[in-house]
Amino acid sequence: MANLLSVKDLRTHFFTQDGVVKAVDGVSFDVQEGETLGLVGESGSGKSVTALTILRLIPQPPGKIVGGEVNFQGVDLLKVDEETIRKIRGAKIAMIFQEPMTSLNPVLTIGRQVTEALELHMKMNKSESRKRAAELLQMVGIPDPLRRLDDYPHQFSGGMRQRVMIAMGLSCNPKLLLADEPTTALDVTIQAQVLELVKKLSDELGTSVILITHNLGVVARYADRVNVMYAGKLIETASAKDLYADPRHPYTLGLLASVPRLDEPRKVKLVPIEGSPPDLTHLPKGCPFRPRCRFAVDRCAEEHPPLMPMGERHFAACWVDVRSRKPLPA
Amino acid sequence: MQQTTATQPAAQSKSDNSVLLEVKHLKMYFPVTSGIIVQKKVADVKAVDDVSFFIRKGETLGLVGESGCGKTTTGRAILQLYKPSAGEIMFEGRDLCKLSGGDMRAMRRKMQIIFQDPYGSLNPRMTCGSIIGEPLIVHHLVKNRKEYQEQVAELLRIVGLNPYMADRYPHEFSGGQRQRIGIARALAVKPNFIVCDEPVSALDVSIQAQVINLLEELQEEFHLTYLFIAHDLSVVRHISDRVAVMYLGKIVEIANRDELYENPLHPYTKALLSAVPIPDPVVEAKRERIILTGDVPSPLRPPPGCNFHTRCPIAIPECKDLVPQLREVSKDHWVACIRAPGYNA
Repeated sequence: MANLLSVKDLRTHFFTQDGVVKAVDGVSFDVQEGETLGLVGESGSGKSVTALTILRLIPQPPGKIVGGEVNFQGVDLLKVDEETIRKIRGAKIAMIFQEPMTSLNPVLTIGRQVTEALELHMKMNKSESRKRAAELLQMVGIPDPLRRLDDYPHQFSGGMRQRVMIAMGLSCNPKLLLADEPTTALDVTIQAQVLELVKKLSDELGTSVILITHNLGVVARYADRVNVMYAGKLIETASAKDLYADPRHPYTLGLLASVPRLDEPRKVKLVPIEGSPPDLTHLPKGCPFRPRCRFAVDRCAEEHPPLMPMGERHFAACWVDVRSRKPLPA
Repeated sequence: MQQTTATQPAAQSKSDNSVLLEVKHLKMYFPVTSGIIVQKKVADVKAVDDVSFFIRKGETLGLVGESGCGKTTTGRAILQLYKPSAGEIMFEGRDLCKLSGGDMRAMRRKMQIIFQDPYGSLNPRMTCGSIIGEPLIVHHLVKNRKEYQEQVAELLRIVGLNPYMADRYPHEFSGGQRQRIGIARALAVKPNFIVCDEPVSALDVSIQAQVINLLEELQEEFHLTYLFIAHDLSVVRHISDRVAVMYLGKIVEIANRDELYENPLHPYTKALLSAVPIPDPVVEAKRERIILTGDVPSPLRPPPGCNFHTRCPIAIPECKDLVPQLREVSKDHWVACIRAPGYNA
């Protein structure tokens, strides 16, 4: 399977009054054609910034992409000029944002917003793009699409707005779709509708998807592979099956143990991860998870662990084997 | 339908003094007006539309549903934060809707609320100690400054915060810590009953478990009764003894926790459970998925008859003819659906 996207040692920092926030700090991963990659982490983990960096949507200042490569179809997106990246955004790589309420322009009709990418990237004229826009709205399940093209975002519900965003995202048949928490703001039954739709369309069109979320259930249902991020670093990567069956990073273990599950007998007590998410301006030396980790050894305070092989295409950044509690060889 | 309106067993509660709260036919309608100079009411948003249930002492009733179903409005109406349009709220045998201002204020000592938004529910200009201590002053629960400070310190300790943090302001705390401050504030008056309105939804996953555990410990230690409002079905399952499911202002199903999750009878409950992804790809691959079509109707124009029939996978023509009442179809399991097994027996 060919690599569609290859991210190497990506670094994005934010220079704030309180210090430098290393939002993405040396992240590397690949996405294959037709694959859905889950990118999991909590607030401050760097998952959204990773996606924004791929498309060079980081506001500079206060942000700055300070290093790394984003190789897409033979080209390093971080090194091309503005005109080239604009041709790629929306066309070859599209993005769906988290808040459908604020991601759509409230003063433009839906029609105007959907046709924009079609006219720009697919060079359609007004009537062609309007026709295609109605087809796209139909495809995402919006009833009465031709009439709704002239409606404004506030006339749609949250779920419908998100479906409009998906229509916009897929309108130019991108090879890669970045979905940044596309359903966090939506109800569970609408979330199910929207994610099923993304899956169906990406299967039909062969689109690769990076699905960014903090919801471990969503990732289990929809992702082929999963990357777990913490404090700007990639701390575990594996196939979805392997990650859930055999997690190897203490953070992943902690997350899975702390989430109540519908199908398991009710645990008497949940097992939370102690402590709080890290302050990104004051990270400790060594592994950023150490202050909350039950498996920490001395080495963890000294050196940050690299991604160590744990199984077939399964890596975790940890000095300790969580199954035996024995330190791993360097 | 000659059957008496099947609310939660009202008959039971009269002889059953283990019931702390009983809600009877609660309605909360918000008028929609039109006109600039003269406002004329044109419609009602029926946010809560004839809801009845009871909660026993020491119990947790989970109230689940999606946005717009009326669960938060129900919680607030019970506490009289909104004045109910109709219905009775029997708390310890007294109807809260009929109490005078002074009597209600005294009652408020016994019933508290923890809000969803840890950022909006704390006054940013008050120190955390003042926020927690304010109820002690309002209800005259302390005699002097020393007692006040001691109680505030104790409350902070109970929720797992350090007493020296009393002088800090909300913005200096994380979301999880702010939620703990909200909990400490609710506990200050030693209430019997707490409405927990989505207390963990806004928190990161790894912090949610901490706060849920805390709520459970406190319930045991202080013999609290909870109305736990949430949309996260996994969390509700963990903490609740009984669960009520709401849709568009009405309760569609109510049962003991295990019974509801193992044997859901209402098609909406089934769809809701099916929509919750389980963090296990192997399990997920085998699950049956019920995907509802369409959107939730507007509460301004609820569908006729059963308000769920427009999205229901098993709706039949009769469903739009009448509003199904909650009926007990098996022990302690009530459902409002003419197609539920046992409903027409």
